[in-house]
Amino acid sequence: MAGRIPLVLLACGSFNPVTHQHMRLFELARDHMHQTGQFQVVGGIVSPVSDVYGKQGLAPARHRVAMARLALRSSDWITVDDWESQQADWTETVVTMRHHYSRILRQYQRNTGTGGAPPPDPRPPDGAAPQLKLLCGADFLDTFKAPGLWRPEHVAEVAGRFGLVCVSRGSLQPDRAVHECDTLSQHRANIFLVREWVRNEISATEVRRALRRGLSVKYLLPDAVIDYIREHGLYTWESEQKNKGGVLRPLELQGAPPETLAD
Amino acid sequence: MEHSDRTKVVLLACGSFNPITNMHLRMFELARDYLEDTGQYRVVRGIISPVGDGYKKKGLIEASHRIEMARLATESSDWIRVDPWEGQLAEWVETAKVIRHHYEELVAAEHCNDEVDTVRVGKKRRHEEREGAPYSNCLRADVPQLKLLCGADVLESFSVPNLWKSEDIAEIVGRFGLVCITRAGSDAWKFVHQSDVLWGHRKNIHVVKEWVTNEISATHVRRALRRGQSVRYLLPDPVVRYVQEHGLYSSESEEKNADVILAPLQKYVKGSS
Repeated sequence: MAGRIPLVLLACGSFNPVTHQHMRLFELARDHMHQTGQFQVVGGIVSPVSDVYGKQGLAPARHRVAMARLALRSSDWITVDDWESQQADWTETVVTMRHHYSRILRQYQRNTGTGGAPPPDPRPPDGAAPQLKLLCGADFLDTFKAPGLWRPEHVAEVAGRFGLVCVSRGSLQPDRAVHECDTLSQHRANIFLVREWVRNEISATEVRRALRRGLSVKYLLPDAVIDYIREHGLYTWESEQKNKGGVLRPLELQGAPPETLAD
Repeated sequence: MEHSDRTKVVLLACGSFNPITNMHLRMFELARDYLEDTGQYRVVRGIISPVGDGYKKKGLIEASHRIEMARLATESSDWIRVDPWEGQLAEWVETAKVIRHHYEELVAAEHCNDEVDTVRVGKKRRHEEREGAPYSNCLRADVPQLKLLCGADVLESFSVPNLWKSEDIAEIVGRFGLVCITRAGSDAWKFVHQSDVLWGHRKNIHVVKEWVTNEISATHVRRALRRGQSVRYLLPDPVVRYVQEHGLYSSESEEKNADVILAPLQKYVKGSS
C-alpha cells in the first residue's frame, strides 16, 4: 500500500432514517477507490443535516444521529459526526467539508509530527497528505445545475480542491451531469463515478412510507435502528407533515444577498 | 375479520440460497404484510428450504454451508426458520415433493388423524390423480395452508421446457398456492393469463408488488466476492462473516457443475418420473 493517498469519505444528507443503502454507498466507494490503486480509504464520515434544513418529514437531528450511530456501531471505519447537525443554521456543503478537512489535517500533522501552522499546501517528506472527498449519489450532481443553489467558487472548491465520489443508481447518468456542468467537467479527473450494478433502491422515503403504513422494514435497515424507531415512535403520518409547504433552507438563503451567506 | 377467523398460512421458499441475501428475507416480510393486509390470513411461519447439492446448478456450493448461512440469517427472526430436510437429501427432489413433505409435517403436528396414515394418503392421492378429481386439502381448520413463496423468475420458469412436470405445477398452484413477489415493472399477471393451468388456479396465486426495487441477486453477490468487493449490507452481517471465515465463493467454486446438466432437466429429458 506504499504511496497511496489516505482518503476519508464524507457523506452529507438527511439520513432520515439511515438505511442499508446509505451504508452500501460507503462500501462501494471504498472498493472503487482502492481499486484505482491511488488511494487507501482510512475513514468514512456520516454527517446528518441539521433540523434547520427544513425538509418535509425530517425527524429531529438527535434521533437521526442516534440511529446512524446504532447502524454503524459495528463498522470499523465509518463514524457519525454531529457537528453539522449542531450548527445554528443550515451549513453549506463546502463549509462542512472545510471543517472536516481541517480536523483530518490537524490529526494527520499530529501523527506525523508536522504540527504548527500548516503551510498552504502541506507535502510532508514521507507519504501523501490525506484527502477528503464528498461521497454522494448521482442525484446530488444534478443540484449543481440548479440556478443559484451553488456559488461557482464553491463548486470549484468541492470538485477541485476536495473531489467527489459519486455512486450511481437506477437510470441516473452521473457522467452526463458532469458533462453538462462546465466547472464539474473541468475537474472531472477529481470526480470518481462508481457504478452500482445491483438495482437497489431502498430509499429512506420508501422506508418512512412503509413505517407509516405499519409495514415491515426488516432487512432494509439494521434491526437496532428499527427498534429505536419503534421505541421513540418516529415516522408516523403526523411526523411526515412536519415542514410541509415550507421552503428548504438553502433555497431560502439563495434569495438572500451574497454577503449574508456564512462562509 | 377477527384474528381467530383468519386462515393460518405457512410460507415455504425453495431455492439455491447461494448465498442467502437480504432480498430473500425481504420476500418473506413482504409476503406476510400482503397476506395479512387482505384480512383473510395470518402468517404463522416462514420456512427456508435450500436445495440439495444434487440439483447440480453451476456455482452451487455445499448444502451444509448454505443451510448454515440461512440459519445465521434467520437468527434475528421470530417467525422464519431454515429446514435442512431438502438440502440434506442425496438426490434432487421436485419442489412439489418438498411442499408435500412440509405439508405432511404440518398435518402431523396438528394431529390431523385423517391423514397421519400416509399409506392411505398415498393411495387416496393416486386414486384422485387417476380419477382426475380436484385436490382436497385437509379440511381441519387448525392445519395451516402451505404456500410456495417465490420470485417472478420462478413463476416464469414454469414455461421452461422439461424443468417442471405439468402435474406438479397444477398441484402446487391448485392444492397449495403461490405467493409471488415481483418487481414494480414486471407483469406476472400477464404470465398467469397466458397459461391455462395457472389461470385456472388464479385465485390461489397472490402477486405481491415490491415497490422498492431490490435486486440483490445471489449471482451478483458471488461476483462481488470473487472480485474481492464488499457485500456488506447486502446480506446479514453474520452471513458476511461466515463467508469470509470459510473463504466461500471464488472463481473455483463458481465453476462447480459447469459441465453438468441441471438435475430436473436430466430427469425429465430421460423420460423417467
